[in-house]
Amino acid sequence: MAIESIYRDKTVVERLVQQIQKIHLQHPVRVMHVCGTHENVISRFGLRDLLPEGVDVVAGPGCPVCVCPGRDIEFANELALKEKTIIATFGDMIKVPSSAGSLSDSKTKGADIRVVYGPFDAVKIAKENPAKEVVLFAVGFETTACGVASLIQQSNLPENLSILISHRLIPPSMEFLLGVGDLCIDGFLIPGHVAAVMGMEQYRLFPEAYRIPTVAAGFEPVDVLMGILAIVTQIKEGTYRCENVYQRAVQEKGNVKAQTAIKEVFDIVPAYWRGIGKIPRSGLRLKERYKMQDARCRFNNPPFPPLQKGGEGGLDINPGCSCHLIMIGKIKPTNCPLFGNTCIPEAPYGPCMVSMDGTCRVWYKYKRNV
Amino acid sequence: MCLAVPSKIVEIKDTIATIDVHGVRRDVSILLLPEDVNVGDYVLVHAGFAIQKIDKEAGDDAMRLINELIEMDELKE
Repeated sequence: MAIESIYRDKTVVERLVQQIQKIHLQHPVRVMHVCGTHENVISRFGLRDLLPEGVDVVAGPGCPVCVCPGRDIEFANELALKEKTIIATFGDMIKVPSSAGSLSDSKTKGADIRVVYGPFDAVKIAKENPAKEVVLFAVGFETTACGVASLIQQSNLPENLSILISHRLIPPSMEFLLGVGDLCIDGFLIPGHVAAVMGMEQYRLFPEAYRIPTVAAGFEPVDVLMGILAIVTQIKEGTYRCENVYQRAVQEKGNVKAQTAIKEVFDIVPAYWRGIGKIPRSGLRLKERYKMQDARCRFNNPPFPPLQKGGEGGLDINPGCSCHLIMIGKIKPTNCPLFGNTCIPEAPYGPCMVSMDGTCRVWYKYKRNV
Repeated sequence: MCLAVPSKIVEIKDTIATIDVHGVRRDVSILLLPEDVNVGDYVLVHAGFAIQKIDKEAGDDAMRLINELIEMDELKE
């Protein structure tokens, strides 16, 4: 795309890398990003290999499909197998494993599962199938939640449409990880599109309370390298602040209209993250006045049921799977013994091997021959 | 899933914009955009919604700044 091609310019990339190399740091630096799209650009363009020794970028919990609790997938499966019910969801969700199998397994058993591109597609499906219940299984971070909020605000929604909300919020997960202790996070690269919607204010606590440079970056090689350069420069200078190197999309206040839609439709609640656990104020629930649209109310499912025990420490992960460690950047996909053999995109064993936001899936695509 | 693609608006009808990405066209909602957009503008599109207008000038400014900084640095050496 012409508008973005300058952000892939080889000369600019080389110069940015030189700038990063010139900064002599006292100790190794670990930058964490929390976005599947950042992992894609880093892996696709081999940016890690360009960085000097002592500067590493690790992937945090930036994949909404990966962190969606198995219990929600089980509930979606339960609904899918009911008569006269259609589950509409994003393509990434179809193959995510749970103890009740994946939605793809239910499809094999005859369930009607439809892939949607956006929330409004579910309205169309509901209108075309008035004799059926249509449930939109909505996962995603703030960038998706605002679209779902906008859908719910519509006055003429079909009565046979309800929504199973499994949205998660990014900043609470970042703060939670700082409490994990031994992750050694020296800087945060924050997802430019979440910042484009939510603005920069909600990230201030990271530099101010935790002294961690926090930089919003876009999704081209130049964007990511500008972000890393900003972080290492702050570390070198001993200054800690929020910076925005994605000015073409991120305004300080974000998209107030989208924020208002989220606030009007959802309450913020504690939520479970698969592989991580319960994180305060990190989930969204439809407000009481929208309970008619809430699939959990309509089909009698408690909003945040206790996490199922079993697997690795009750974290909703299959025995032997390392996704819970990969999601928090503690190990790399290549450190998992199952990566690329027992666990592959065609038959994912863990949630990180499913979506193109999942770190394992991205590494498998771009690094399997390395 | 998280991918938000910069997309060019080629047509607008009410609250729906037709966007073009590498020749592929798609209709997206512009209900969430905080400001008016016109045909020819670029927007970030995520899951069927335009979520922000792309400020091309701000992007160009940032690139100019980074180039200047690098050049200044090279002159110092």
